[in-house]
Amino acid sequence: MLLQLKEVKKSFFQPDGTELPILDIADFGADAGEQVVLVGRSGCGKTTLLHIIAGIGRPTSGRVKIDGWDIALMEEAEVDQFRAERIGYVFQTFNLLPSFTALENVLLGMTFGRVRADRDRARQLLKRVGLADRLTHKPPMLSVGEQQRVAVARALANRPQLILADEPTANVDVGNQQQIIDLLRETCQEERVALIIVTHAPEVAEQFGRIEYLEKINGVRASR
Amino acid sequence: MSLWKIAWRSIQQRSLASALTAFSMSLGVALVVAVIVIHGVIEQSFRRGAQGYDLIVGPKGSPLELVLATVYHLGTASGTMPYSVYDELVNGTDFAADVDVAVPLCMGDTFKGFRVIGTIPDIFDRVEYLDGRKYQFAEGRNFRSEAPFEAVFGAMAARKTGLKAGGKFAPVHGSLAESGQEHRAQFDVVGVLAPTGTPNDRAVFVNIEGFYRMHAAGHEDAGQDAAAAPAGKHEEGKAEAKPDAKKEPAEDAKPGAAKKGALASGGDAHAAHDHDELSDEHKRLTAVLVGVNPNVTAIRRVALPKLIAKGLDVQAVAPSEQIDRLLVGIVGNIQLILLILAVMIVIVAGIGIMVSIYNSMSDRRHEIAVIRALGARRATVMVVVLLESILLALGGGAIGLLLGHGLTGVLAPLIADQTGVSVNPLQFQLSELILIPGLIVLASTVGYLPAVVAYRTDVAQSLISSP
Repeated sequence: MLLQLKEVKKSFFQPDGTELPILDIADFGADAGEQVVLVGRSGCGKTTLLHIIAGIGRPTSGRVKIDGWDIALMEEAEVDQFRAERIGYVFQTFNLLPSFTALENVLLGMTFGRVRADRDRARQLLKRVGLADRLTHKPPMLSVGEQQRVAVARALANRPQLILADEPTANVDVGNQQQIIDLLRETCQEERVALIIVTHAPEVAEQFGRIEYLEKINGVRASR
Repeated sequence: MSLWKIAWRSIQQRSLASALTAFSMSLGVALVVAVIVIHGVIEQSFRRGAQGYDLIVGPKGSPLELVLATVYHLGTASGTMPYSVYDELVNGTDFAADVDVAVPLCMGDTFKGFRVIGTIPDIFDRVEYLDGRKYQFAEGRNFRSEAPFEAVFGAMAARKTGLKAGGKFAPVHGSLAESGQEHRAQFDVVGVLAPTGTPNDRAVFVNIEGFYRMHAAGHEDAGQDAAAAPAGKHEEGKAEAKPDAKKEPAEDAKPGAAKKGALASGGDAHAAHDHDELSDEHKRLTAVLVGVNPNVTAIRRVALPKLIAKGLDVQAVAPSEQIDRLLVGIVGNIQLILLILAVMIVIVAGIGIMVSIYNSMSDRRHEIAVIRALGARRATVMVVVLLESILLALGGGAIGLLLGHGLTGVLAPLIADQTGVSVNPLQFQLSELILIPGLIVLASTVGYLPAVVAYRTDVAQSLISSP
């Protein structure tokens, strides 16, 4: 199994000092190359879960193993390195850097790992997502759909084992939604990358073979 | 993609604020550069001006005034001394063996603001203006000792006055501002010196014999017409070397140069002035430039200034020592003050960079979080912010370097006019190199605070907040 979460809990402290539990996941995982959709309402902890898997946030307790490495036990710098080399992230709001060209945004995805940034791969990825003629365009010059395609290419840039996509179609018009989903699924399949996609849109979720409802796997919500 | 490029893109994103902060840095650096360059060139030029001879012998008084007046043609010397001093140095029994070359100088007149110096042809024939560099003539030739009314113009003096070889001019007693009294005697310009980068570029050199005759004639006129040459202008003890009108019957005047082999009597086209010749005892000198015989022992060489001073009742100074005192004691302090002010401006500009980047941090939190989410470590984003600060400082510094040299170029004619020191704006000083590490240290220091803000950015929190 590529990804394995065991007894992962996450809680925040509120201003009055009381603890607010957010996540309590007993067991969750994904195999290499598997595509999983996580469905849940807004505020149910989907993004927090993705942050924990990506090592952006730390669990209060529990184990988060990726390819056998428990990132919950790693030093922060090691997690950063791990993320730079093995994880791709597609944000709901794309999060492209506006002063960088499309090509540079993709190159940024392979800048912080040990492997040297590969310009040819960045070009190929942009070509793959249909933006071969937009290499030097900066995000403000791209349409919303094009921006998210750049974000997909960036997530794939470092040849990750796992891509985490946080509601990638939430800010995309209906016409582009399906293109983004198709692109993510196809490219992850081609690159043999596991994909965990978070959405609250049923029409997106139903396209995936494995659907997980966060309300069901999250003990905090289940107990409420 | 390099971190430098990431930093550069961040600068581009805030192009206006970045340009303004870099510009303020460039102004500070330009001032630093201008101070360094101008001081360096002035120092070099001062040292250059004092080459070619070892001692300046002059009347007792301020040694610095003597050096400034005789070498740099600045201000006035404190008095005059008898012509016999020169005679003693060249032909006397005490010092003749020590002297390789001696050049008498008489001052007190100007032409269109340029100092007119009575001297002998040896000043160009036997004295080098730099080690191994002899005076060259851009036009014409050196004046001859047997032609008392011949003159040679320094390069700048010729250019500014428009006089060329073949022209004529009449010196003004003192300066136009002082008296406006033009001498009756006219000199023939027979040569123009090639530029030397020394104060001699802005001087006019005339045959010392003609200089004496001109003044003798002036005094004769003064006797007939006091308004033509006010007696007050001819008091001894002033900077000028001039004959004593009351003691110098023109009929007695005899050239003394034949005796020295350096000064010759006239007897040429200016025969009208022959009756103005002076005897040596009535001739006065502003100074004598002395090149010490290279065969003189080191001990004797060191003792020579005191021996000459004592033996001839004058002062003998090594110009290099006076220049050192001037540069260290006065010019150096002024430069230090200017440099401190300029460095403070650079520091203020550096603080401007800090404020600019720091203010941008709240807008960039999300961007930093994205970079962190892509795998950048805390230290990496910190370095990016520091590089941004360094790029702004170095970019502004590079522009400032050009501005500084440009400013020097703009000021060069003014400096040359006022001081005779030629400033080459393209001349880089080694001390400018310290700007590079200096700016990097400053940028790293001022960039530290915003870099720490970047370091502390909460990635998860910042990603959730809207970009």
